[in-house]
Amino acid sequence: MSKLKDAIVTAFGADAREDAGQCPSSVPALIVPRERFAEAAKVLKKGYALLAAEWAADETPYGRGFGVFACYRKESEYLIIKTLAPQTDPTFPSLTKKFVPAYRFERQMKSLLGVVAIGHPDTRPWIKHEDWPEDAWPLRKSFDGSKPLPRVYGEYDWIRAEGEGVCEIPVGPVHAGIIEPGHFRFQAVGEDILNLEAKLGYVHKGIEKRFEALSWSDASRLAGRVSGDSTVAHCLAYCHAVEALTACRPPDRAQWLRALFLERERIANHLGDLGAICNDVAFAILFYHFMRLKEAVVRTNFALFGHRFLMDTIKPGGTLVDVDAAGVAAILGEADWLAEELERLVVIYDENPSVEDRVRDTGILSSEKARELGMVGFVARASGLNLDCRIHQPFPPYDRINVTIPVLVSGDVHARAWVRIEEIRDSLRIIREILKSLPDGEIFAPLSEPLPDTSGFGAVEGWRGEILYWLQAGPKGEINRCMVRDPSSLNWLGLEQCIHGNIVPAFPVCNKSFNQSYSGNDL
Amino acid sequence: MIRILKQIFHTGIVTEQLPPVTDPELMKIGVQLEKVIQERFRGSLAIRQVDAGSCNACELEIHAVNNPIYDCERFGVHFTASPRFADMLLVTGPVSQNMEIALRRTYTATPRPKLVVAVGDCGCTGGIFGKSYASLGGVDQVLPVDAYIPGCPPTPTALLQGILRAIGK
Repeated sequence: MSKLKDAIVTAFGADAREDAGQCPSSVPALIVPRERFAEAAKVLKKGYALLAAEWAADETPYGRGFGVFACYRKESEYLIIKTLAPQTDPTFPSLTKKFVPAYRFERQMKSLLGVVAIGHPDTRPWIKHEDWPEDAWPLRKSFDGSKPLPRVYGEYDWIRAEGEGVCEIPVGPVHAGIIEPGHFRFQAVGEDILNLEAKLGYVHKGIEKRFEALSWSDASRLAGRVSGDSTVAHCLAYCHAVEALTACRPPDRAQWLRALFLERERIANHLGDLGAICNDVAFAILFYHFMRLKEAVVRTNFALFGHRFLMDTIKPGGTLVDVDAAGVAAILGEADWLAEELERLVVIYDENPSVEDRVRDTGILSSEKARELGMVGFVARASGLNLDCRIHQPFPPYDRINVTIPVLVSGDVHARAWVRIEEIRDSLRIIREILKSLPDGEIFAPLSEPLPDTSGFGAVEGWRGEILYWLQAGPKGEINRCMVRDPSSLNWLGLEQCIHGNIVPAFPVCNKSFNQSYSGNDL
Repeated sequence: MIRILKQIFHTGIVTEQLPPVTDPELMKIGVQLEKVIQERFRGSLAIRQVDAGSCNACELEIHAVNNPIYDCERFGVHFTASPRFADMLLVTGPVSQNMEIALRRTYTATPRPKLVVAVGDCGCTGGIFGKSYASLGGVDQVLPVDAYIPGCPPTPTALLQGILRAIGK
């Protein structure tokens, strides 16, 4: 039973029909008339659902126009609302006024597919930079993605502040540290930030278009390179979507191993980020200590599974690597050692007033704002939102192993750091449970080919938060469209909003406490 | 404070020691690196890292080169915030269409000898992203490259080795 689906069916009657090609059946899709697309958003907003993703697909290979999709989430339910826009009039009613996250999704749909949201307040491109030809819509089937793009003249219309003493500070795309490129434009009076606007898209590599040229099995390698720090989570979300499409159920052992990799990825990244947060408040000792622990974790990954970040350890149908008794013993031994080391560092973090002074009350994202902006992952959990796919949409073994998620309400840098500390503790416990109950057997189950005109959905809680994949099989059973939604596509908006009232020097640590992916956002 | 001191004494020095304890490869490279940097760069090689479109896995390993285990600074390698002070650009890729101009500008801002090292399979050849409307391919499609460090991503040891190749020529 789906409450979200019922709400739409009640309000729309015969106007809402089910899309039978959507898998798995637990994530239903309803097709509604185009003029009622925004009305569906209104009904769902009344039912306290949040917008998780919005995208479009070129469906001309099936003899249709463009499919426009909005994915809503409430507690343990997802619902996809689809509508069709004809090729001659690729427009649909905007959802931005009802759901803030639609703001960038719809700009992106217009930029990359030329599907326009009517009523959208911002006409500037997103991801597509101002020097692209306006009619370059790479995700359209008629666009030849293999040819280089000519540059044209264009200017980006920044949001500006005016008045005495107002200055503008441009930062990036090449930043001072070893991080990904993006441009941040501050409007400030002295050191006080009036506004921050991010312009991303610098690492747009045409990933979604590239997916369409790959086979279903090769594409899992690409999914593992959407955002290198989340390689396991992205690859897994892709595999879930393919497995939903082909009704494949990987063997239990493979599912347990996947969760093991996912938790190890979470621990490694949280350790690195805690170190980096300490570094940004000039507390170097903890930076080095956290990095030391992270290095130990990735070295164990390499010794046992052949890759420091566990890239290409997962494929549709199962996993590519297994663990033996000695490996289990090594991981358990490391978990004990890590737990002890971590607790000592946590006390140092917690007792140091110079750290506390910088991280408390800095970069506050209130619960109300976090909800309005549709935050996910640890950012959401640091701002009072109880969201985690491992709990709300559990896949094996999370349906048998309890996950305890920390939810804090202060929404500041400290909360985002502390949620990660709690998550490392819980991941260590989960790893012990996974290894205690690791089933015997195969690690791979063969897959069939997806049927034409079907679509598959996958959701995984990576260390950053909820990752969504939506795959559509074309008329010949090939990949017609692969929609990737990294948590960063939502959470970047949170960084811009948490910075108001802070000073410019607090920005690096705020940014680090979010640590969103540029590559996962830009695709 | 007492806890911090305890932590320091408890942990001791984790940097892998001369002579090699666990990673003889690293120490071999380190010693050679230090020698060349001493001779050609007066003991200090400044590197500006530029992400020209990577998936960020290469960045994680470049970070690791700076962690206390690899501790590249002891060999005279350090990462600088500005290309103006850099002897070398360590570029990860593929070079995206949207980063091409910024990459060229960074190169222009770098003083001689402006060594360029392409990092990762994507930086070397474009990797899985190849050449497309959004990706120009490897770093050598845009800048003259002095050394290549393949790997997806290259390990910290491979990175140090590649840096040595670039300056040892």
